[in-house]
Amino acid sequence: MSLINKLNKAFDHRIRLGIMSVLVVNDHADFKELKELLDVTDGNLASHAKALEKENYIRVEKSFIGRKPNTKYIATDVGKLEFKKHIEALEKLIGG
Amino acid sequence: MTNDKYLEDIKEIKSLMNKSTRFISLSGMSGIMAGVYALIGSVIGHFIIQNAYEKGYRDTVNTLFETPWAQNPSLQIVAVATGVMFMAVITAFFLTRSKAKKYKQKVWTKQSLRLIANFMAPLSIGAVFTLVLLQYNLLGLVAPAMLVFYGLACMNAAQFTLGTVKYLGLSCAILGLINTQFIGYGLYFWAAGFGLCHIIYGAVMYYKYDR
Repeated sequence: MSLINKLNKAFDHRIRLGIMSVLVVNDHADFKELKELLDVTDGNLASHAKALEKENYIRVEKSFIGRKPNTKYIATDVGKLEFKKHIEALEKLIGG
Repeated sequence: MTNDKYLEDIKEIKSLMNKSTRFISLSGMSGIMAGVYALIGSVIGHFIIQNAYEKGYRDTVNTLFETPWAQNPSLQIVAVATGVMFMAVITAFFLTRSKAKKYKQKVWTKQSLRLIANFMAPLSIGAVFTLVLLQYNLLGLVAPAMLVFYGLACMNAAQFTLGTVKYLGLSCAILGLINTQFIGYGLYFWAAGFGLCHIIYGAVMYYKYDR
């Protein structure tokens, strides 16, 4: 059971896992890109992003490109570290 | 058991990391076609050179644009090479577009633009360098330089697309270096690099990713 405890509850969802996967290998990603990559609805993505933001795993930057609002997501150092630990736990579970 | 769910998670992570950083719709078939065009171009080039040799046409960079077309093998070869490149780019675009459609991806994404930018940067520098070689009449080094810089461009772009491209680039660059020791045989090295290598690596990509 102890192995499973190492899994991070915050990542225990396909969409959150997806957001983190994209953000750890890219400097940043905007809302539209994430939406297309993960193939999810606006509301769904927004609420899961919010959950990750609350944990301080991702950072949100809002700006304007011309007149259009643009939301940019960036993984924080804490987020990257926690995600790495989560993947290692996953790999151990499968390997063991 | 739940193991399957974790395995699914890992697969999903891997696929998203790949999809968000690499442009994976690059068509392998377009590599094969580019190679075929290059081989056809090389055969035409061979006849141009043979014809020029028999009739004793010679030209230098200084007279490149003053010699009449029919007696100007260099200009003819440049025209054939440009044609090959043009055909290859057009074919690559259409085949890649249809592959992207099949996988429900877009052609003009951040990933593909980054790929093009990282391919064009070394290639443009190489193009300018090649023009400088022409300026100093170092004609023998033009063919090797083009192979070397094309190879470097592929190696640089490979990190943003299918990994096979890296080995295509490496092969072309090495062929270019070998070519520097066999000046005057540029056409054969072009046939090997732009022709054979593209067909081989295009086929590998086709079997690995397109089917």
